[in-house]
Amino acid sequence: MTETKTDELVGRGNKEGADLFREWFDSLADAAKNGRGAAYVFVMGSMAELLHVFDFPLVLPEITSLQTAVRRVADTYLAEAEDYGYSPDICGYVKADMAVQLRGGQHPMGQIPKPSVAVMSNACNTYIKWAEIWERMYGIPLFVLDVPATRQAGGQFQPGSSDFERDRKYVEAQVRELITLCEQVSGKKFDIDRLRESLGYANDMNEGWRRVLELNKSKPSLFNAVTDGTVYLGVSNNLRGTKKGSQFFKNLVEEMEYKAAHGIGTQIVEKYRLGFVGVPCYPIFRRFSEMFTEWGGNFVHSTYLNFASGGGNLGYQYDVNRPIESLAEGYLISVREAMDNMFHQDRVVIDWVKNYELDGVVYHPIKSCRTVSTGLADGRRAMMAATDVPSLFIESDMMDKRVVSEAQMKNRADAFFEGLASRREMAKVAQT
Amino acid sequence: MTLRLFETWQNQSLEGIFAECRELSEDAELPTVKRWRENGGKVLGHFQVYFPEEIAHAAGMLPLKMRGAPVEPTHSDSRFGSYLCSILKTNLELVLSNRVELDMFVTHPICDAARNLAAVWGRNYSYPCQILYLPQNANSKASAEYLRGEYDRVKNDIEALTGTQVTDEALRNSIAVYNENRSLLRKIYEIKRKQPWLLSGFEAYLLMNVGGMILREEHNEMLKAAIPLIEARPAKRQDKIRVVFEGGFCEQPPLDLIRAISQSCYIVDDDLLIGLRWILEDIPLEGDLLMNMADAYLEKSTYSPVQHDARKPKEKMLLQRIADSGAEAAIITAAKMCEPGLEDQVTYTKALDEKGIPYFVGEFEENMTSFDSMEIQLETFTENLIFS
Ligand code: SF4
Ligand code: SF4
Repeated sequence: MTETKTDELVGRGNKEGADLFREWFDSLADAAKNGRGAAYVFVMGSMAELLHVFDFPLVLPEITSLQTAVRRVADTYLAEAEDYGYSPDICGYVKADMAVQLRGGQHPMGQIPKPSVAVMSNACNTYIKWAEIWERMYGIPLFVLDVPATRQAGGQFQPGSSDFERDRKYVEAQVRELITLCEQVSGKKFDIDRLRESLGYANDMNEGWRRVLELNKSKPSLFNAVTDGTVYLGVSNNLRGTKKGSQFFKNLVEEMEYKAAHGIGTQIVEKYRLGFVGVPCYPIFRRFSEMFTEWGGNFVHSTYLNFASGGGNLGYQYDVNRPIESLAEGYLISVREAMDNMFHQDRVVIDWVKNYELDGVVYHPIKSCRTVSTGLADGRRAMMAATDVPSLFIESDMMDKRVVSEAQMKNRADAFFEGLASRREMAKVAQT
Repeated sequence: MTLRLFETWQNQSLEGIFAECRELSEDAELPTVKRWRENGGKVLGHFQVYFPEEIAHAAGMLPLKMRGAPVEPTHSDSRFGSYLCSILKTNLELVLSNRVELDMFVTHPICDAARNLAAVWGRNYSYPCQILYLPQNANSKASAEYLRGEYDRVKNDIEALTGTQVTDEALRNSIAVYNENRSLLRKIYEIKRKQPWLLSGFEAYLLMNVGGMILREEHNEMLKAAIPLIEARPAKRQDKIRVVFEGGFCEQPPLDLIRAISQSCYIVDDDLLIGLRWILEDIPLEGDLLMNMADAYLEKSTYSPVQHDARKPKEKMLLQRIADSGAEAAIITAAKMCEPGLEDQVTYTKALDEKGIPYFVGEFEENMTSFDSMEIQLETFTENLIFS
């Protein structure tokens, strides 16, 4: 009985996630075929809950871009954008997408529909610069959802305070303006009950995401936050606010609770529990992970899962009785959380060291992304001052193979684990 | 104004004023800031591009425009990874190396890199290190009200820090000082546009640049003394190409690069230190002053790659700048590793291609010392234009 259940549940999230991902790409190809204008949105603050009300196909260009790296064709896309004039030093996602647009939407996973509107939060400034390209290319309206973030370390405005209310009112006013814009672009009337419905699904997903991340405190940990986590993250973004997304996360929680109850970990024997800070190395995605798993190192958490889910890790629950107000409040709190996980990552990691019982932390700043990478060296310094957990700092890129030096990374990872091993030995000796 | 931070320009010829401004601009020890502190003054350092200095000024602080410095980032390098622009590092270097001491630091969400700085700074210093969330949705009807609140929040923080209440009267006085300053800078730019032979781009830059590190009343005095001298200059029109320089909105090109360009071209307009000239009209001195400031930021302002405003598409704004200044060509630069600058280089050059306006493209770093090849390319570019 248990064996059957194990077979049924363990690994289900990865399989379902991969299927849903494929389905999402197929739905985009369908939309392109039928000439439907898409809403181009970003993972941090996508507003998917609202955009579903107007039946926009949702394109997440960060995800379509990173897929070119995972499929090992990013270099040709980057080269096309660079030939067009873009610098080697800007975000690789922007360039890969630029090449997709120059190719009329042609992508290795299928045709991408053209945009009829773009919505970008301010969580990353490059979102805005990127969308300006579509604005010029297609003459579409852009909507910047401006979410004021934490002003000063540890100084988040709390609900109930006048500062928070001021920010919330600003976000709410923008949500209402976005509704008007969506009505104009889609030609559909806003239906508040449909918003309630998608908020309900988003609630399930948020709660599921929070719970899944929490469950990875289990020993051994239940999933690898860099590899498996990225699959789950894809669903959390592509299917945000949908019934399928809701069901996926319910299933995933079931799987993880089962694994936790039965002490089932990942496919490796977990020797070291690691935190990951930054963006995965997509050009060598599997290989990168193996550099750590080969030594028994498993990533139990990653700031990526927090910020790239738009702060979904908080598990914010919308109040469907006051959907617009609550959507604004939820975005303010969640997107702010996403930004805190980038700019104030030291605080997040220091917390994990204790709560996830980390043995080490891997920092992976990338050339492409100043949003995530600018503060990592200093954050690491602060983390090291506050804890005695060793860390590894390796720079590369999430798109551009030219700055990914696999052999060098492997050497650094090996040396890191040798250090962890001798530290453990010394601790043992000290105990005897 | 009793205390003077920068006196050496007084009783000087115009050339002498330029020389003094250059010396101050190149002095990474920031002597004016030191003098201010020695006299018990507090300093608010703000990162590029725009900060409502009037609020700090009204509280009796010295607002210091942190626009990089000619220093090696020996201490700050370890705080940052690779692939970043220089100004992030040199600004932090100024404080880590104790060249300048701040009482408060403010950055803005201008770009992915700069918005990290409140956190980086805050991990290194216990004084208030924060981000002023200038609205990034400039087109929302709620932006001005939100920004007013944000200014009020900063005002409260400054009051708590200084123990000085920013009264309406004090703020009105400061706005008037800054209105005058912006009007004088507009005059400088008008001279550049209309009679560029009277004032080179380099000289104009020197005059403007010191404004960010002295009291604005002093800067006004200096500009008021310099403008008649400029207008009385016996300089003759030369056969130089009129260009717009774009790309100096945040990190600044080295002085010698600006000088080199000025030697071969008339820089008739530019976006150098655009924050000092962000507001295009006087801010009204009546009514809700913070609201007036917020409204001016959004409604009476120029453009830059770090602000999205549907009413101000960057390429159209550049073409307008070129048309308004009667420029024949453009120099489109970006600081190395500057994401917004590099992205808009493409925007600009495509628009210039469409209009058939000649342009020169280049990248700079504030502390680069050798740009011989750039100088030669630029000379070739201008010669080609002159002889074509
Ligand atoms: S800069 Fe970073 S966060 Fe922004 S789009 Fe690029 S990878 Fe994403
Ligand atoms: S130079 Fe560019 S990247 Fe650097 S801080 Fe300024 S705007 Fe940001």
